[in-house]
Amino acid sequence: MSATAPVFLQIDDVVKDFGGGAVAVSHVSLDIVKGEIFALLGPSGCGKTTLLRMLAGFETPTSGRILLNGQDLAKMPPYDCPINMMFQSYALFPHLTVWENIAFGLKREGMAKDKIVERVDAMLKLVQLGKFAKRKPHQLSGGQQQRVALARSLAKRPQLLLLDEPLGALDKKLREETQIELVNIIEEVDVTCVMVTHDQEEAMTMATRIAVMSEGRVLQVGAPSDIYETPATRFVADFIGNVNLMDGTLAEDEADHCVVDCQDLKHYVGHGITGTAGMPVSVAVRPEKIHLSRAAPAGDDDGPDFNRARGVVKNMAYFGSFTVYHLELPSGRILKVSQNNTQRHREHELTWGDEAWAHWSRQSQVVLTQ
Amino acid sequence: MNRVRRLFAWFGRGRTTVIGIPYVWVLAFFLFPFLIVLKISVSEVEGVVFKDVLTLKDGLLQLTVKLSNYVFITQDDLYFKTYLSSIKYAAVTTLLCLAIGYPFAYFMARARATIQPALLMLVMLPFWTSFLLRVYAWKGLLSEHGWVADLLNMLGIDYMLVAAGVIPAMGKYMNSPFSLVIGMVYTYLPFMILPLYGNLAKMDLRLLEAASDLGATPWVAFWKVTVPLSKAGIIAGSMLVLIPCVGEFVIPELLGGPQTLMIGRVLWDEFFSNNDWPMASTVAVVMILLIIVPLAIFNRYQAQAQEMRR
Repeated sequence: MSATAPVFLQIDDVVKDFGGGAVAVSHVSLDIVKGEIFALLGPSGCGKTTLLRMLAGFETPTSGRILLNGQDLAKMPPYDCPINMMFQSYALFPHLTVWENIAFGLKREGMAKDKIVERVDAMLKLVQLGKFAKRKPHQLSGGQQQRVALARSLAKRPQLLLLDEPLGALDKKLREETQIELVNIIEEVDVTCVMVTHDQEEAMTMATRIAVMSEGRVLQVGAPSDIYETPATRFVADFIGNVNLMDGTLAEDEADHCVVDCQDLKHYVGHGITGTAGMPVSVAVRPEKIHLSRAAPAGDDDGPDFNRARGVVKNMAYFGSFTVYHLELPSGRILKVSQNNTQRHREHELTWGDEAWAHWSRQSQVVLTQ
Repeated sequence: MNRVRRLFAWFGRGRTTVIGIPYVWVLAFFLFPFLIVLKISVSEVEGVVFKDVLTLKDGLLQLTVKLSNYVFITQDDLYFKTYLSSIKYAAVTTLLCLAIGYPFAYFMARARATIQPALLMLVMLPFWTSFLLRVYAWKGLLSEHGWVADLLNMLGIDYMLVAAGVIPAMGKYMNSPFSLVIGMVYTYLPFMILPLYGNLAKMDLRLLEAASDLGATPWVAFWKVTVPLSKAGIIAGSMLVLIPCVGEFVIPELLGGPQTLMIGRVLWDEFFSNNDWPMASTVAVVMILLIIVPLAIFNRYQAQAQEMRR
C-alpha cells in the first residue's frame, strides 16, 4: 500500500485485558487503508479474534482507541456501526430462509420494502444463490452457507467488513476455489476488509497485507511476499511456511554482506545487518531455495557464489508436485530441502541413504537477530 | 444359555424390547382401561350391572350401543360450560407459566455454567415434598391472615383482583378463580421451566451477536431470534402444563370454589356422588378426545412442516 493513501481504520495502541494475568491484546497499533484486505494471522490464542471482536464492537478495549474514518468506535453502539462481520461457521439464523437472513439487517434499518427486495435480490445475484432464496440454511452445502453469510454481511453496504476465519469450515479443495471467489466479490463491492485466520495460505492468497500476531502482539506487518521472504523474527519465519533455522554467531558484518558461523557451515549472507561480531543470530533459509545434487557444485568451499553443505538423505516425503528431502548434516542436524518434480521420472533419483550436496544462493537467506 | 438366547430371539432384537416395554405399558395401563371406560359409557344399566354391548342370543349377534349419554352431554350445557371453563383455566395457567417461566429459564440458561446445576436443582426441589402438602399449604397462605393474603392486602392488589372478578370480595382469596390459578401455576411451573431451559441452554449465542452486528437492538434480537428458536421448548412446556391442567382434580378441589367448575370435579361427582358410571365414563371419554384430537392434528401439522423443510 502506498504510504500516501489516507488511513481508513486506525487501531491506536489498543490493549485488551480480560484479567487473570493474561493480556489478550497488548499495545497493538495498525493503520489500515481504504480498499485493503488486511489479514490478522497467528496461532490460536494470539489475540487476533479478540482484536476483531473489538472492531466489531463486541468487546471494548481496556485502553487505546479504534478510529474508523476518524470517528471513535467506542462512541458507537454495535447496532449502529457501518461495520459488519461474517462470523466463523457463519452464525446464519436457522429459522429464517436465505432471503430473510440477508434481509435481516435491512429490516432493522427500517428500509422501505421495495428497496429491501431490490437489495436482497442484488445480493443473491452477487453470490449466485438466486435459486436458493427460499431455502433454510441447513438445506445448503457448506460453500453455499458461506456465500449466504457473505451476502448477509454485505447487504447493509458496510464500510468495513470483518471476516472471522472465513473459509475455516470448508474442506481443502473447496477452500481454494472459494478464496478467489471471495476476493473477487470483495473487490467488486469495493469494501475494506479485515480478516482473521490461523491459516497462512488463506492469509497469503487473500490479503494485500498481513499482520502476524503472537501472544497479543503484532510481530510484523507487510505484504505476503515481504512476510514470507523477509521475516523479521524467528517466530514469523517458522510460523509462515517451512523454514530451516540454523543458530550460529555473527562472524563478520559488512555493509553488503555478513558471515554467520554455524555448526555445519559458514553462511555467507548477501546482506548486512546491524550487529556486533560474536552475537548469536539465526540464519533462515526456505527449503525451496535449496538445490540438491549428487555431485559437489562447482566452486570454492568458502566461495562467495553460494553456500553449500553435504549430507545424507534421511527421509523423503513425496507430495506430488514436489518432494521434501531431509538431509542429515555431519552434526546430525536436519536440513529440509524441497525439489520440484518437473519431470515424470527422473534418472538417478536420490533416495534414502544417498549422499548429496545442498547449495543455495547468498541472496536466498535471511539473518534473524530476534 | 441357549434358552436365554431363544428368549432374546423371541423378543426380537434388543432395540425392539427396549421400545416395546413402554408400549406394552401404555397398552396395558392406558389403552385397555380406556376401552373399558369407553364400553361403560355406551352400556345400558340394569339395576347395578352393565349389560354387555355384544350379546349372542338365539344365534343372533346383537350390538347394543347406548348413545344417550353422549346426546345428553351435548344437550345439558353444564358439561359444555365445564369443559370450556376447564380449558379456560388451563390456558390461563399455561400462559402465566410461560410468562413467568420463560424469563426464569432464560436467565438460568445464561447464568454462569458453574451455578446452573444449582439453579436447576432449586427448580426441582419442590418435587421432594408431596404435591398434596404443597397445594394444601396454599390454603393457609391465602386464607384470612395468611402471609400471602396479608401481603396482597398491604400492596392493595385485592382491589385489582376484585375489579377483575377473580376473587368474590375484598380480602377473600380462597376458593376463587384466583386461588385456583395460583395453585396450578405454582404446581406446574417446573414443567414449563425445564423444557424451556433445555432449549435455551443449547442455543448458539453467536446468533445474538450476529443479530446485534446486523443492527438489532437486544430487545429486537430477543423477539426475532431467541423466541423463534425456542419454539420447540415453548410448545413442549405448554403441552406439559396445559394437558394435565385440563383434567386437574386435586387443585380445584382444594383451592377452587363454587365458581371454578372443572371437568375433574364433575367426573368425581358423577362417579362417586351420583354413582352414574356410564355418564362419568362419557365425560371422561369426551375429555380425552378433546385433548387428544387437537394434539394429534397439531403433531401432524408439525410433522408435515418438518417434512417440508427437508
